[in-house]
Amino acid sequence: MDLKDLYQEIILDHGKNPRNLGKFDNYNKDAKGNNPLCGDNVHVYLRLNENKKVEDIAFEGHGCAISMASASIMTDMVRGKEEKEVKEIVNDFLGMIKEKDSLETNILKDDEKTKLMSLSGVKQYPMRVKCATLSWHTLTSAFDNSDQIVKTEE
Amino acid sequence: MNIDDIKREFPIFDDKIQNNDLVYLDSANSSQKPRVVVDRIYDFYTKEFSNVGRSVHYLAVAATNLYEQTRVSVQKYINAKDKDEIVFTKGATEAINLVANTFGQKYLSEGDEVLLTELEHHSNYVPWHFLRKAKNIKIEFAEINDNGEVTLEAIEKKITNKTKIISVSHLSNVTGAILPIKEIVQLAHSKNIPVLIDGCQGAPHLKLDMQDIDCDFYAISGHKMYGPTGIGILYAKKKWLEDLPPYQGGGGMINEVKKEGITYGELPNKYEAGTMATAQVIAFNESIKFMEKIGIQNIEKHEKELLDYGLEKLRKNNSVNIIGNPKEKGGVISFTIEGVHPHDIATILDEDGVAIRAGHHCCQILHDKLNLPATARASFGVYNTKDDIDKLDEAINKCKKIFNL
Repeated sequence: MDLKDLYQEIILDHGKNPRNLGKFDNYNKDAKGNNPLCGDNVHVYLRLNENKKVEDIAFEGHGCAISMASASIMTDMVRGKEEKEVKEIVNDFLGMIKEKDSLETNILKDDEKTKLMSLSGVKQYPMRVKCATLSWHTLTSAFDNSDQIVKTEE
Repeated sequence: MNIDDIKREFPIFDDKIQNNDLVYLDSANSSQKPRVVVDRIYDFYTKEFSNVGRSVHYLAVAATNLYEQTRVSVQKYINAKDKDEIVFTKGATEAINLVANTFGQKYLSEGDEVLLTELEHHSNYVPWHFLRKAKNIKIEFAEINDNGEVTLEAIEKKITNKTKIISVSHLSNVTGAILPIKEIVQLAHSKNIPVLIDGCQGAPHLKLDMQDIDCDFYAISGHKMYGPTGIGILYAKKKWLEDLPPYQGGGGMINEVKKEGITYGELPNKYEAGTMATAQVIAFNESIKFMEKIGIQNIEKHEKELLDYGLEKLRKNNSVNIIGNPKEKGGVISFTIEGVHPHDIATILDEDGVAIRAGHHCCQILHDKLNLPATARASFGVYNTKDDIDKLDEAINKCKKIFNL
């Protein structure tokens, strides 16, 4: 295990200065997620237009560097993408965090993949995987317009 | 007492953990186990095992005697008047649930109030919340002050003529505040209100005398007292155990069972339904003996020294904020580092073998009040040394470095 893999510069940067933090007025989908184990929580807001494209996305919440960075990078990455594409990215990301060595989707550009792969360090820290995945599960829930609060504990 | 000798009695420190010497600062969560306790479990299962209180064969009688010996040891250790005032449970959580359930059944009805404090562990809130749902009772919270303490005055302020029971921690698992429990009991009794003390953090670190404290109920966690998991103790005054209904039904707790009705067993069997955590209860006797051998006064003194050293050290460390400043404080230091989330602190410290806890420590009410989603917490046991605190301090510095502080 190496802390440098976990706390890469890009994670520290996004963790400290999360992009898309806050809430905007005309969102039409949102969902909340929390991690009861540690009290971290996230609320994802997004605006999907008539073509099912993510026009805007933001999040509120608090948590560790990993969870903040993950939400920050995620929101950056899905803005402007179609729902179908976003779902593919989410599945690819979750698959990578759980078992796969790399990302397989063709939707993301190489530099975007590199950015996402910076979160792969959590694989060595099983207790921290949930920190990285919480916002992604919450995003899925927002698309489904689920009233159910996403919990990392099942 | 020689801490190095004491530490050697804990097998967990024999080997490296992830290539590090273990710096275990999570004893408020659960303590490590001395060899005598671990060996006792092995010996019981390999040489002496039988169920207790039922059969008449040799092993059954011997196991029953061992099981009952722990009851007497606990009685003496906490200076309870009668051995029948000691009820074994699966943990302190079950002990509190037992009281909330049975006392609630018999004595609480709509509009009645249960008085807790803002620093209670979830295990001393959720069981009462069940009654709020089921019986429409009210739960009041005595407030903490800026030092993270709950004073007698704060308790008094929330007592009304509807208050039916007061249930408070002995020692906060977050701020370390030691509550004035004897005074709280005196005040409550002057108003005919019974008191339950959540002694999870008190029992491993402070001298206990039930007859002196005079509380009605006291909940103890075995695994925080160098004992096995799966064992807790409810101390309750005999009059309550005789008066309250049974908690769980099953074998062992009955007197006579007929189709038309059932009578319940005598104390303490009335509250010990089914096969209990026999091996753990028997091994817990070794935990009591282990603590008695060292002497609780010596444990208190040692942990106070560690606390003073730790507080001094961490106060000097820039960007470390210590949570609470109680005058009477046990061996717990909760802290935050400006700019680093407690979970990140815990992961980075763990890399150097420094095991702490991060999160809300099952005290969300308290963390809401402090306006902190989470804190990091270092807590001490008898095996900790000043060297452990130095390593904690160094690891905190590493943490600051990684986060460019």
